[in-house]
Amino acid sequence: MKIAVASGKGGTGKTFVATNLFNVLSHRGDNVTLTDCDAEAPNDLLFFRTRIVSVTEVTHQVPVINKDACTWCGRCSQWCNYNAIFYVPNAKVIEVIESLCHGCGACSFACNDEAITEKPVTLGTVTSCRTDKNYPLIEARLRVNEMSPVRIIKAAIKESGDDGVVILDAPPGTSCPFIQTVDKADYVVLVTEPTPFGLSDLRQSVETLKEMRKEPAVIINRSDIGDRGVADYLEKEKIPLLAEIRYDPAIARAYSEGRLVTDEIPELASLFEELADKIIDGYGTGSSKR
Amino acid sequence: MELAVVSGKGGTGKSSVTAAFATAGERLVVADCDVDAANLYLLFNPEHDTEQVYIGGYTAVVDHALCTVCGICESYCRFDAITEVDDKIIISETSCDGCFFCSRICPMDAITMVRSDRSRMYSGSFRNGKMVYGRLAPGEENSGKLVSLVREEAKRVATAQGMSTILLDGPPGIGCPVISTVTGVDRIIIVTEPTMSGLEDMKRVHEVARKFTGDVGIIINKYDLNEAMADRIEGWCVAQGSALLGRLPYDRRVTEAMISGKSVTEMFPEAEISIILNEIWNKMTTNGKE
Repeated sequence: MKIAVASGKGGTGKTFVATNLFNVLSHRGDNVTLTDCDAEAPNDLLFFRTRIVSVTEVTHQVPVINKDACTWCGRCSQWCNYNAIFYVPNAKVIEVIESLCHGCGACSFACNDEAITEKPVTLGTVTSCRTDKNYPLIEARLRVNEMSPVRIIKAAIKESGDDGVVILDAPPGTSCPFIQTVDKADYVVLVTEPTPFGLSDLRQSVETLKEMRKEPAVIINRSDIGDRGVADYLEKEKIPLLAEIRYDPAIARAYSEGRLVTDEIPELASLFEELADKIIDGYGTGSSKR
Repeated sequence: MELAVVSGKGGTGKSSVTAAFATAGERLVVADCDVDAANLYLLFNPEHDTEQVYIGGYTAVVDHALCTVCGICESYCRFDAITEVDDKIIISETSCDGCFFCSRICPMDAITMVRSDRSRMYSGSFRNGKMVYGRLAPGEENSGKLVSLVREEAKRVATAQGMSTILLDGPPGIGCPVISTVTGVDRIIIVTEPTMSGLEDMKRVHEVARKFTGDVGIIINKYDLNEAMADRIEGWCVAQGSALLGRLPYDRRVTEAMISGKSVTEMFPEAEISIILNEIWNKMTTNGKE
């Protein structure tokens, strides 16, 4: 089963929940994998001692135009929906703007003169690791200055396989990177904080998941810092509340240094174990598959 | 002058810092570029002058009455969006990139491209000037384009109103909406927190930021959660030639102010954090006018 840990708002504690959940499950010997899908800001590896098993580059195919063979018909530019081929026929200018290319391949097909070949461009990497307890940890990482992490996220999820429990640490927001991650999940946990910002972003996430026919459950982090807005909303919408985690400077401190609270604070270790049981038992009743 | 506030890691306090700057004195245009988790409107309660429909990206749709299940579309799609299930072509909305390739090569003309029109862009007034923000409809993609539109509108409003400062609240991460937010701005402010994740994510967004301007400044929020880490971040900034604009203490009154729909500087002007925020803003804006 795949569990996505997500949130609309950033910094609510997705990585905190995902890494600690993975930690307690691996402590008790469950078959579990952690996959960091927040390819723009991947942090899960900071919390574990790991050794790298493999690094795979994720590429897409970008066109290369042979100007000697080009007959300046302009079909490639017309077929490109991303304005990635800059074409001025009168001046005999035709250039590929690689940063705008999505690698769809339409231009190569459109060209009638065999003037287009393709070359791979690296978008990011998928790193496959093992923790010191020999559990798989996989990281999707977008290369700096690349636009879209979607292909890398897809590749990382594929690499995670279907064995046992796979925890997907999702990117924030509700657009393409989030959708790509939760689309593959059997169960979605949304981590939020009880503030107006937290509530507004939680709503957006719940509505997006509804469109995808998925029913999430919620964890309220730093549950004592804000107001009742989130709790009232969950009640009204009948969204299950899995856990509330109170603000604790010791948690903030451990997190800031890349340590896991479930290794240090027994109460939190039991909280996360209960959480894991709830999620695994709730599978099939909580969140529905497409 | 156009300033963008970004963070790499989510939840470091971008919007709270932006809100403080936007209410620090000078009347200005503030634009929320975090279009899939827009929050500033909660503090500024803007009165809308205009609402514009944002036409989002395309998605391919099959007309099964015309489709002969020849499979050509499936074999050419590079986004793994098309599969044949039970003798029927299924196009996944979440995987489709909207490239038009399949619709162009379908021999039966059975594929059409449709666009969603549920996203909105709002432009209006708030208590200290003008505000522009986008709201991406649940499940919508192409957030980078909506960010560009929000920025264009902000520029138009600034010119029309004779306002010289545009303040952009950016999304987390380093991908396409972030790049759309920082392209061509005069100054970039990175808000980070003293954690390992905060440091690593800041490095990545800093690399993106420096590609667009040499004028990058850093604010360490909640520095007192881990002062040693805050020192490490400061050291890194200085070594990179980027200015440390200030350190902000952790203060629960930021959340209290948020619940009351205000910035911390408006509600608690005497608080240490408010004094520092005002100082940073005054220093930045006077420098900018020299």
